[in-house]
Formats: sequence, C-alpha cells, structure tokens
Amino acid sequence: MSAGQLPRWVDYGLIPLLNLAAAFLVSGLVVVLIGENPLDAVKVLLWGSLGYGEGFGFTLFFATNFIFTGLAVAVAFHAGLFNIGGEGQAYLGGLGVAFACLALDQYVPWWVTLPFAILGSALMGAAWAFIPAWLQAKRGSHVVITTIMFNFIAASLMVYLLNNVMKKAGSMQSETRTFEEGGRLPFLNDIFPGFGFDYAPVNLSLFVAFLACILVWLLIWRTKLGFEIRSFGANPTAAVYAGINPVRIIIVTMLISGGLAGMMAINEIMGSQHRLLIDYVAGYGFVGIAVALMGRSHPVGIVLAAILFGMLYQGGAELSFEMPAITRDMIVVIQGLVILFAGALEYLFRPALIRLFSAGRSPAAQAA
Amino acid sequence: MFETLILILDSTVRLSTPLLLACLAGLYSERSGVVDIGLEGKMLGAAFGAGAVGYITGSAWLGLLAGIGVACVLALIHGFASITNRGNQIVSGVAINFLAIGLTGLLGQTWFQQGGRTPALPDGGRFENINLPLAETLSGVPVIGQIYSELLSGHNIIVYMAFAAVPLTWWVLFRTRFGLRLRAVGENPAAVDTAGIDVIWLRYRAVLICGILCGLAGAYLSIAQSSGFIKEMTAGKGFIALAALIFAKWRPGNAMFACLLFGFLDAVAIRLQGQEIPGIGEVPVQFFQALPYILTVILLAGFIGKAIPPKASGIPYLKERT
Repeated sequence: MSAGQLPRWVDYGLIPLLNLAAAFLVSGLVVVLIGENPLDAVKVLLWGSLGYGEGFGFTLFFATNFIFTGLAVAVAFHAGLFNIGGEGQAYLGGLGVAFACLALDQYVPWWVTLPFAILGSALMGAAWAFIPAWLQAKRGSHVVITTIMFNFIAASLMVYLLNNVMKKAGSMQSETRTFEEGGRLPFLNDIFPGFGFDYAPVNLSLFVAFLACILVWLLIWRTKLGFEIRSFGANPTAAVYAGINPVRIIIVTMLISGGLAGMMAINEIMGSQHRLLIDYVAGYGFVGIAVALMGRSHPVGIVLAAILFGMLYQGGAELSFEMPAITRDMIVVIQGLVILFAGALEYLFRPALIRLFSAGRSPAAQAA
Repeated sequence: MFETLILILDSTVRLSTPLLLACLAGLYSERSGVVDIGLEGKMLGAAFGAGAVGYITGSAWLGLLAGIGVACVLALIHGFASITNRGNQIVSGVAINFLAIGLTGLLGQTWFQQGGRTPALPDGGRFENINLPLAETLSGVPVIGQIYSELLSGHNIIVYMAFAAVPLTWWVLFRTRFGLRLRAVGENPAAVDTAGIDVIWLRYRAVLICGILCGLAGAYLSIAQSSGFIKEMTAGKGFIALAALIFAKWRPGNAMFACLLFGFLDAVAIRLQGQEIPGIGEVPVQFFQALPYILTVILLAGFIGKAIPPKASGIPYLKERT
C-alpha cells in the first residue's frame, strides 16, 4: 500500500475521480430513495451554479470561503497535524475583521481598512489555534481533541460577546452595527459589470484567496520552513534527528493554519454581511476538511475542490427551490459522502487498481 | 434549599444519561484502538430512527430497536472505513457526522413533511417514567424519602439502563477474557495478533457495542426525554461525551462521574439563567455551556492529572507489510 506502486496520474488523477464518482453515485441513489430523478437534479444543480452570471457569482462566493478553510486544513496536513478547529478559528477571525472595520470604517476608504482586516482576522484565527498548538507541542495532548473543544468554546464566547458586549444598541438581533462604506469590500459586480454577477456577493476577497494560494504554495514548496513542515509531516522522528525543532514546527504550522481559517471572515464579514453576527461560519470550517482532502492539500487542487463545493452549495440552494423534496440537507449528505469516499475510504479502489496495472505490465517492467 | 438541590440533581440525572451512554460507547471503541468522533452522528441517526419507528409502530421498544439498528449501521461504516480499509478514523468520524445531519433532515422532511422533525409520538411510542416501589409512601419521609422518591424514582427505563451499564462495562472490560483482549488490542494489536486472536473481528465487535450504546443514547433523546425527533437534537452532546471520555481517562467509573459533572453544569446553567449569584453577580449562561470543554482542555494541559489515551488508538492495524 505504499506510494510508487501506481503511476502518478493514477494516484493524483484517477483515484480522486473514482472516489468522487462513487460519492456522487451514492448521492444519486439517495435522490432516487426520496423519489426524485437524479439526472434532473444534476441538471438543475449545474444550471443553478454555472448556468448564469449571478449563480456563478454565488458559486465563486462560496468557493472563496472554502479556499481559505481548505488551505488552513491543508497546511496543517503537511505537518501531519489535523486542524479540525477551522470552524472556531474562522469564527474568531470575524472578531478581528469586525474590530478593524468598526474602528476605521467611518474615517478611511475600504482599501485602507483591508490590510488591517486581513491582519486582524489572521491574528485572531491564529490566536485561537495557539493554545491547541501549544498543548500538542508541549504536552502531547491531541490537537484534534483540543481543536474540537475550542470550536465549542468559540461558539459560546462569540454568543456572549455579541449579546452582551458588541451588540448594536437597541437591537434585538445579536449582531454589531452595520459597517459604513469604509468597512465594505467592493463587489465584483461593481468592478466587472460585464460578467453579470448581479446580486451575487462575490467580492474582492476572491483575489485575496488566490493570493493566499500562491503564498501557501511558495511557503510549502519553496521555503526552508515549508521543507521543515513537510519533513516533519512525513517523518517526525527523522525530522527531529535532522535538527528540526518539533515544538516550533507544530506551533508555527498551527498558527499559519489558524490564520488562514480566520481570513475566511474577510469574505463573509467584510465582503458580504458587513456586520458581525452569530453563526455566520455555518460549517464552512468543517467543509474545509473535505476540500483539503479532495484537493490533495495542494493549492491548485484546493481551488478546484473549493469551486466544486461552491457549486454544490449554490446549486443545492437552487435545487431546493426547484425540487422542494430535495432540501438543502442533500448538500450535507453529498459532503458527507465526499468526505467518506475521498477521505476515509481513499484506499477502497487502490488494491484493484494495483492488480489491474501490474497485470498489464510485463515482468521485466515490474522488476525494474 | 434542599428541594432546589433535589430538583437540580434530578435534572442532572436526566441530562447526564445520554452523555453517559455515548461516553461508554466511545469507551469501548477507543479502548479497542478505534478513535470515534462520530458519536454525535450515531446518536443523531439513532434518535431519528427511534423517533420515526416509534411514531409509525406506536411501540417504544421497536423504536429503540430501530435506533440501535441505525447507530450500528453507521458504526459499521466507520468500522469498514477505519478497520478494513485502514482509512483515517478522524475523517471517517467527520463523514459520519455529516451523513447523519444530512440524512435525518432529508428523510425526515420526505417522510413526515414537518421541516425535519417527526410527529409527536402516539401512546406507547414513548418510554414512560417508572415509579419505584413505595416511592409514593416514602415521599413524606424527610431527606431519605425525598431522595428516593424524587431523585431515584420516576425516571424512564433507559436512565436505569445507562447507570447499570457502568458496572457492567467495568466488569466486561476488567473481569472477562473479551475485555482483556479488547484492552490489549487498543494498546498493542501486534501482540494480540501474535497470540492468535483476530484483531479485525475484535475491533468490529467493539465498534458494534459502540453502535448499540449510541443507539440507546439517541433513542433516549427522541422517545424517552422528548416525544419525537427534532432536527439536530443532539446539539453537540456527542462531543461533550467525547470530552467526558477524556476527562474520565477512558475508565467506566470515572466516565459516570464526568458525565454527572457535565450534566450538573448543564442543569445549573438552565436553573441560573438570568439569576444573580450572591457575591458574583450574574454569570453568563454561555460560561456554563463552555465549561465542560474548558475543563477538558485544562485536564489535557496536564493541570488535573494526565489523560493518556490507549496507545494504539487512531492507528490502523496492518497485519503484514506489502
């Protein structure tokens, strides 16, 4: 079951496609089970997510969230760490964005606020990842467990803050006041009217997300720190013998991961909602796990997987409108199946493929 | 004052029961070396299965059976992914949670058309509270009588099953051959394999027991504590149970006390909502909600003893290198 038994294109191309196909096949069966036609559902889903400008705009908007949370999970994966706390880190990231926007929005234009919002979101996300990181590095308590705990602590903390500290005066809603112009990112529809994004909230943070992808690629594959992160992930014992400090790698990686998750809030809070509110993360942090798995922890793969999940989110909304029997829960089912087949069952088709490919090759080629 | 205390303790017992069942479920699984963060999903699936069948058949026992069935199917998926396919157990657990949330909502809406909930249970579809013998007669006796009639009596059968499962689990794990092997396979599966015992089958049995207990926990929520399934009604209880399991250092007796503690915090939070505590002022209810998690993190930090998981937990067993 080791690498190298299969050609690279099978490992990185065919197997993910097979896994995805299996997940969609089972999803189709679920649609049949509730008495709808899966092919019609696929048609509605594709049209709703790609067929017209506004739908595509929504797809890109959701994809922006998934790029950030996917990158967050992927960076941690490279160090062999499982950051399941993207949910909480993104939630806290919203606090950083809100601080920057509430402080500056009345005085300066958005492009002055943006760097502070990015910094704020990344700092708050990283801060929320720090204690689990420190506990893993120093005390050996498993980062999976601590980040789950921190998701729940974050939820309680934010409800408290939004109800008791940051609430808009005289409002019944648990949310801050709406940001002024200086705290709002331009919508892409205003920058590129030609695409016809209309009311889709896709905004400038899409480009921030692309920039983050490039920076993550540079970090992981072109810097010394990235090399250390990958070495530590591949073989912690060997990495320590090579003089890599495990405490430093665990903490730095988790801080970067948490920071990336926190930056999701730029898209949601500064780009779309223009106020900090309860539960705006809505599972995007968890979907990041699926995105990172599907994208094989590579920025290019993550962008593709994020767009796929963006399509599912937007197309799913359209689907629940066109075919009321298929509620939005169907999207959660598909996500679950994708995580199951692309993640937990990733070896399902491998043995068969290995047999298939080694049967095709001559004994001489096998010996080589 | 005493009556208030009894009332809080009484609701502590009710709130601890699902935690305790899920916690013991996780105990079997993790002691055998299979990490399970899918407790939440299995509970939710079971709650739905129990609620749906309880409504249709009007029989609480058939509902319970259905709940256990659903949880066992989800447990077998987890087992197939993490034991047979040697996949990542965390990822598998996350997938189970997603599947449970999605499928219960989707099927609930399709079958019952009530926005994901199941209709209120008919007579007999719900586990009724049981009055222990002489509870009425003794309720007049101060202290002891009140404890007996208010606190110990008047719960439904699953509550008693949950607390009976604690000594039973202890006995199974520490006094039977199966338990010894189960613990061994969580520490050193290679040694168990060398002794000629089937690691795979042993872990599957552990995962199935986990499914049965999660089934009880889920059924408790939908057909004992309330009268019907409500969308996402587990609301993080599976994760609190996971926290309790760590807090209990993977021991059955400790698990009961950890779950009672977390249930107590919940009961106090409900009781104190919007009330002032003398000398402290009003404590935000969110603080009590977060406290189980905070306590677990503090424990994990090593400030209250040390929580060491079974050595082989999370690591798939590979019989031979290929």
